[in-house]
Amino acid sequence: MQRVSLVINGNKVSREIEDRTLLSSLLRDILSLTGTHVGCDTSQCGACVVLVDGKSVKSCTLFAADIDGSKIITIEGLANNGKLHPIQEALKKHHGLQCGFCTPGMVMSVVDLLKNKKNPSDQEIRDWLKGNICRCTGYQNIVAAVKEAASKM
Amino acid sequence: MKSFNFHSIKSVKEAQKLASGKSVYLAGGMTTIPAMKHGLASYSDIIDIKNIKDLSGIKVSSKSIRIGAITKHAEVASSKEVRKSISSLALLADGIGDAQVRNRGTIGGSIANNDPTADYPSACLALNATIHTSNRKIHANKFFKDMFETALKKGELIETVEFQIPTKSSYEKFPSPASLYAMVGVYVAKYKSEVIVAVTGAQSVVYRCKEIENALNSNFSASAIDGVKIKSSGLNSDIHASSDYRAHLIKVLAKKAVTGCK
Ligand SMILES: Cc1cc2nc3c(=O)[nH]c(=O)nc-3n(C[C@H](O)[C@H](O)[C@H](O)COP(=O)(O)OP(=O)(O)OC[C@H]3O[C@@H](n4cnc5c(N)ncnc54)[C@H](O)[C@@H]3O)c2cc1C
Ligand code: FES
Ligand code: FES
Repeated sequence: MQRVSLVINGNKVSREIEDRTLLSSLLRDILSLTGTHVGCDTSQCGACVVLVDGKSVKSCTLFAADIDGSKIITIEGLANNGKLHPIQEALKKHHGLQCGFCTPGMVMSVVDLLKNKKNPSDQEIRDWLKGNICRCTGYQNIVAAVKEAASKM
Repeated sequence: MKSFNFHSIKSVKEAQKLASGKSVYLAGGMTTIPAMKHGLASYSDIIDIKNIKDLSGIKVSSKSIRIGAITKHAEVASSKEVRKSISSLALLADGIGDAQVRNRGTIGGSIANNDPTADYPSACLALNATIHTSNRKIHANKFFKDMFETALKKGELIETVEFQIPTKSSYEKFPSPASLYAMVGVYVAKYKSEVIVAVTGAQSVVYRCKEIENALNSNFSASAIDGVKIKSSGLNSDIHASSDYRAHLIKVLAKKAVTGCK
């Protein structure tokens, strides 16, 4: 067992967990933050993406013990006082989601992209989202939403 | 996943002391963790090497770039020093997997794993790399033994990878759309004394393509590759691509790489 202390969406959290606990299971199964999805569990789909110390990572491929002391942002930490984050707002407006399973990971990945690139081109957006698989939308509207969010941030 | 003990350690000595027949070093975990989840591998002890300071950092001299083993792909991709001295290496790192893989995966992990379709092994061969380990220095030519097999001994730790700066170089990869790994990747590096052409994804292990090297050594131009015959026997053939197709890709990518050499 390991004691792991993290700051998740601004809240201090400390838990005694098994060494093999993945960050995705800590979030979902122990802390009930089920906004972070697990799609493939084989590091391919990106549904589980969260920010660890500002960088987007796949929470299904990361031991919680590995990131003791880190700051984590999940999809639950994005909206501010009920007001959606610009990328959430833009996805809603452009129908950038259908079933919504990929969306939390997609959103967290885009947050990381827009931190580093203020006005990404279509190609840059598509390249960045290679690790986020969506089985519904065909990506077109996701790219449109990212562009709009970029222009509003 | 089977349970294990997780150790976060701060020095190479500590790492080697803990290493046993049932342990594994953990860098980015992008290969190790999926393998453990699938039940393909299980360990009693996981030794996290990411807090060992000696394994981090990028150092440039007039002749070479030395990259610490725990340096992440995203760090190599965005490093000003790497971009300036060997831009093809930064571009290679920028094309590995996806953004989240690049935020975790490390150069040491990639080389130690020696996936036959990984990108970095081709850079090591083409850029005359020396792999500095906890025990010795190993030239890239002697490092990559076979599929997922390297010259590393149990418990031996890669500390840094040192690449020789070429006059010009370029890497071209045809990625598998599903895995993002190389269906074939060709790295061309031109030095004063020779041209090196390394190919990944086409055989069970990365190799130097002597036929194309010979052609480029006498005439460094894309058209010099036209007349080269690449035999498809011995090349990988799978659901993604036949050996004939891979033989074709080697030439196409080598020509593109020569044209793109900077
Ligand atoms: C979805 C996905 C897509 C990918 N696409 C690509 C791609 O396009 N091209 C590509 O090249 N790679 C690709 N990868 C692999 C990735 O780039 C990682 O580099 C690679 O998985 C291993 O690096 P790691 O740091 O994660 O190593 P780990 O998984 O932590 O370790 C892998 C192995 O190396 C050993 N090891 C790690 N560091 C050292 C060291 N310093 N000394 C000795 N042994 C060590 C470990 O013990 C373990 O056996 C992809 C991976 C994923 C999950
Ligand atoms: S659940 Fe993590 S990448 Fe698919
Ligand atoms: S909206 Fe259904 S997977 Fe993307």
